[in-house]
Amino acid sequence: MSELMGVINLDHELDLLNELTYFRCGAAVPFAGRYRLIDFVLSNMANAEMKDIAVFVRRKYRSLMDHLGEGRPWDLDRKRGGLFVLPPDWNDSSDTSHGDLQHMRNNLDFFKRGKAKYILHSGSQHLCKVDFCEAFNYHKETGADVTLIYTKVDQLEPEHDPCLRLEIGEDGFVSNIHHEKDHPNVYMEMFIMEKKFFLEQVRHCIAHGDSYFFRDAIQKNHHNMKIAAYEYKGYHAVINSVESYYKNSLELLCPKNYTSLFKERPVNTKIKYEAPTKYLDSASVNNSLVANGCVIGGSVENSILFRGVKVQKGAKITNSIIMQKCVIGENAVIENVILDKDVNLPPDRMLVGDVKRPFVIAKSSTL
Amino acid sequence: MKKKEVVAMLLAGGQGKRLKGLTKNLAKPAVYFGGTYRIIDFPLSNCSNSGIDTVGVLTQYEPLVLHSYIGVGSDWDMERKDGGVFVLPPHEKEDGSSWYRGTADAIYRNMKFIEQYDPEHILILSGDHIYKMDYDAMLEYHKEKNADCTISVINVTLEEASRFGILNTNEDLSIYEFEEKPEHPKSTLASMGIYLFKWDVLKRHLYEDERNPDSSFDFGKDIIPLMLSNQKVLYAYPFEGYWRDVGTVQSLWQSNMDLLSDNPPLDLNDPTWRIYTRSPNQPAQYIAPDATVTNSVINEGCIVHGNIDHSVLFYGIEVGEGSVITDSVIMPKVKIGKNVRIHKAIVSENLVIEDNTVLGQDRSNEDEILLITEEELSSLNGQGVSVSTNN
Repeated sequence: MSELMGVINLDHELDLLNELTYFRCGAAVPFAGRYRLIDFVLSNMANAEMKDIAVFVRRKYRSLMDHLGEGRPWDLDRKRGGLFVLPPDWNDSSDTSHGDLQHMRNNLDFFKRGKAKYILHSGSQHLCKVDFCEAFNYHKETGADVTLIYTKVDQLEPEHDPCLRLEIGEDGFVSNIHHEKDHPNVYMEMFIMEKKFFLEQVRHCIAHGDSYFFRDAIQKNHHNMKIAAYEYKGYHAVINSVESYYKNSLELLCPKNYTSLFKERPVNTKIKYEAPTKYLDSASVNNSLVANGCVIGGSVENSILFRGVKVQKGAKITNSIIMQKCVIGENAVIENVILDKDVNLPPDRMLVGDVKRPFVIAKSSTL
Repeated sequence: MKKKEVVAMLLAGGQGKRLKGLTKNLAKPAVYFGGTYRIIDFPLSNCSNSGIDTVGVLTQYEPLVLHSYIGVGSDWDMERKDGGVFVLPPHEKEDGSSWYRGTADAIYRNMKFIEQYDPEHILILSGDHIYKMDYDAMLEYHKEKNADCTISVINVTLEEASRFGILNTNEDLSIYEFEEKPEHPKSTLASMGIYLFKWDVLKRHLYEDERNPDSSFDFGKDIIPLMLSNQKVLYAYPFEGYWRDVGTVQSLWQSNMDLLSDNPPLDLNDPTWRIYTRSPNQPAQYIAPDATVTNSVINEGCIVHGNIDHSVLFYGIEVGEGSVITDSVIMPKVKIGKNVRIHKAIVSENLVIEDNTVLGQDRSNEDEILLITEEELSSLNGQGVSVSTNN
């Protein structure tokens, strides 16, 4: 799919995951035992064989850059094109752009150098397995100015509240874009546009003092554009709060969700060389996701263990998410808790959170 | 080319006949071990961790998997501007061509490769063993002794000694005699097949050995005795730690089982000495509500609904409800149906074991390890067992 180049724009994503986003942006939050949230959109792009991908970042991007590196796990460490992580470094004194338009204005070279004629613009909060090739074919077939990717949500949850909704007319095109909370057509923050048209819109927005590309160029302008809507029907989750993070993580313990997220096309992530997980004689593990490098001597139920977690004998973990390299001491009890990386819980301690509002412990905390 | 102090040459051409069906289409160093590794990961990772960045891998038997597995060596941090890992299969020369006739012959025929780096020392390794070893410490010892050749040795019991190449040494560990599988061993220092030579000395002996019409071109049988008869300085380097030859189905199984105790003799979780391997990139393993898993090593991508005890599961394996797996090694991507019983077996990769299959129960010889490959499974067809592969 060399016709399509990708932009992962993190500029508007607020870091709302409390302790989990104190020191990292939302896209870099660890997920499902071994991934970061950005891996899903990036893998979808890589699976569609997109060759040029830019990531627009503004703050707290150090851990993201460490994770992405040169893009090798996604086969994006290329001589021509590949992955570009573009931090806010702009020094043009004639620049009058604001908001996310700053990224577009100051990274024009990325768009111009890429040979692709179309761009796919996305965020990182909507976890899904969209086939971008199919969406792109739909865009070309309909001859629209822009195609928005959306999904119909049967059961709306609080995490859908901030999402935009698409009103779709009888002709199949988008007739309105709004924030009506009870509307099921959730816009997944992914659009496809011809690059030339996109750059014209960017220029127009900057000339008019705008500051948010999607809102100012597309949403406000929807009467003047032919906007197609591509419906996605597979696995979908929105991660924009601790509650939605916790809930959607534990829902992966349902085999249907696990299979639809992981078993078709691969999701790639940074490679770590951990040994396979070791279950000791005293281990008791049920209904859990476990990454490599763990040593489990205690009991683990309805939980997710990231890479390299040690659960000592007699420890009991229930309904919890334990991130990389945490050590859970002997006879410690954990329930409804999210432990960020490198937390060492001494023996016999007890941490219990609420079923709906888990207790979150920040990275590297000593307790 | 930049000069290198040491170049390692890894002998990976062996067939490993005693591994039976496991090496039917695969060189022995490519055989799976420990839930995620191939045997060759151990010497390659040891090189990487010891700071040796130039490695020639000599292949011959069924090299396809091995070649693509090693690739450019980036998984072992060996994708380098100067040096790196090089696969060296036998090749044609002006004076005709032939297969590698022995371990020493394989080195002799790749002299040009070695000479590019003008090394002081040459490290000879084999792709047959599971162990963690700091070759740099051995090099220090080799230089301190000013040895022409240093051979790594491990202390075995007197009974075992008759199965190994035994080095008879003086008190200072200088070697005066090499005996291949002696009936009446005089020492219990067994050669581990790890040799460190001064390159110029080895080179002269390789030339001399090539001219000997009766030679079998083998390091143990020919080169070492020749060096001893030429009054060269040879030292034994004592190694302590876990070291296993996994050349038979029984020993491969046992070595996998050694990983399962609570404090295993071989620690694969040591962050200071990682064993690198090519990552299969699989999602986290899923252990279902009705599953039990104890005393086991399980890799990512597995979906376990059954009961696993004292077993090693590689990546991407599915175990259906009600199935019981004990004392077994299950290789990648095996799909095991419901109510299957597998006991004391090695199941080779990509097989599909249908519901209600029973393997390894009621065997006549309890010590025997059942090896399940496509062929063995086919022969069980019609006895209530049906089989297919899911390649």
